[in-house]
Amino acid sequence: MKFIRIKNCYKVYKNGVAAIADLTLDIDKGEFVFVIGASGSGKSTLIKMLYREERPTKGIVEIGGINVAKLRNRTVYKLRRKLGIVFQDFKLLPKLTVYENVAFALECIGMKGKDIRPKVVKALDHVGLKDKLRCFPNELSGGEQQRVCIARAIVNNPKLLICDEPTGNLDAKTSKEIMTVLDAINKDLGTTIIMATHDKDIVNRMKKRVIILDNGVLAEDHAIGTYKTKEVI
Amino acid sequence: MKPFRIIIRSIRDSFKSIFRNFSLSMASVICTTITLILVALAIIVTVNVNHVTKSMEEELTVVAYVKKDVGSDEVKQIENKIKQIEGIKEVVYKSKEEWRLEMKGYSSTLEVTLDYLETNPLLDSFIVTVVDVKDLAPTAKEIRNITGIQNANYGEGMVEGIISVFDVIKNVTFAIVIALVIVTAFLISNTIKLTIFSRRNEIEIMRLVGSSNTSIKLPFIIEGFLLGIVGSLIPIIILIYGYIIAYEKLGGTVSFGLIELVKPMPFVFYTSLVLVIIGSVVGMFGSSRAVRKYLKI
Repeated sequence: MKFIRIKNCYKVYKNGVAAIADLTLDIDKGEFVFVIGASGSGKSTLIKMLYREERPTKGIVEIGGINVAKLRNRTVYKLRRKLGIVFQDFKLLPKLTVYENVAFALECIGMKGKDIRPKVVKALDHVGLKDKLRCFPNELSGGEQQRVCIARAIVNNPKLLICDEPTGNLDAKTSKEIMTVLDAINKDLGTTIIMATHDKDIVNRMKKRVIILDNGVLAEDHAIGTYKTKEVI
Repeated sequence: MKPFRIIIRSIRDSFKSIFRNFSLSMASVICTTITLILVALAIIVTVNVNHVTKSMEEELTVVAYVKKDVGSDEVKQIENKIKQIEGIKEVVYKSKEEWRLEMKGYSSTLEVTLDYLETNPLLDSFIVTVVDVKDLAPTAKEIRNITGIQNANYGEGMVEGIISVFDVIKNVTFAIVIALVIVTAFLISNTIKLTIFSRRNEIEIMRLVGSSNTSIKLPFIIEGFLLGIVGSLIPIIILIYGYIIAYEKLGGTVSFGLIELVKPMPFVFYTSLVLVIIGSVVGMFGSSRAVRKYLKI
């Protein structure tokens, strides 16, 4: 059985804009998949449907055998506990330290205090920020802040890591560092990673599966793809 | 144990949040304080107006005069018949001799006149008190129909006027209290909305990392509850000390002793309780409503 199964999926917003149209694709456990496409191609809508921020108008979005499209609003949290989400704008709490920001994700789900510390330290170790536990986000560089965001996303050992343009606000060197971290998470922990991006260099260098969206339609799906600038973007 | 941990965490977080967002917390508290002071004033006025109207209503009675030729046995029967009428609170017999003595005290002229008369021209009577003053007219009518009764008066015309004025006063003061409570609810709710707006990122992160809606709402509801309680403290202190001091300075009455004020104890304690309840419930309700917007439920 496929880990992620999207079948005949449509998403039409209230204003009539069709963001996704008849999308069908499968993703295996442990895969690293890039979702690329021009602005408005449906990348963010697809990502949001995966963590059930948006509900498809029609079709199936299945993760680990559960159709997330059918989840009730008040039970969505159960899905999100099994996912990690990384954002372009980091979404860190400025008044909390690095440690507290990562621990926040575990505290929110009611984990015991004594179980939180080792998990947080381990996650921060994974992203190379073990020595910055007591720093506040404004004392960190953009790349370091994104690494805190990644640590928060992986602290609960999710099976799926969803990244919405995580390198969008970072320079090329820092983006490379972030991709190294994500690649290590994919390889070492076996976490499935789906990443929406605009970064041509990253896609070309990583040599992973690439899904290209064009006006909400699956334009191309390459097992080892590259960023196509001429045809699609 | 997990729900217990979430509750403990929510309480801890609500305290933390109050101090982290100190200026907005203070704004909520001040807003609550000001409106609850107004609510307290409105309650004081309402309760005292009700007290005055109630004590005045208690003085409104039906006086039933017994015919001259009625014997003492029949008087007893009449008293029993009056007592059987629905809505009667008390029936007190007042003999013509008692009336004469009372009337002699009204003025010297009246005293001389009554002394001059060889026989007492007044009538034996019953002073009838009713449970609801609105029943005065029908009660008087029923008493008039009893055999042996000469007449029954209750101050026709004037009493109806007084009752309608009392009704208006009661309704207006009650409406003012209700309106102030609603205004308080809106003001507190809006101030809390500001606090929550400034923390919408935190709520979003909580949602995304898998917090249930209840565990997201709980710290905010507790925070609203705490801010409501803190906001009601100053109005309570002002109410307790202000009312006790005012009561003592005024000697328990206003308008040259015409209007008697409600005694401070236990009035101030009950009113304090009402203020705490309004503050805390409105605080919780306001927070809960405000946070719902960001939960997308």
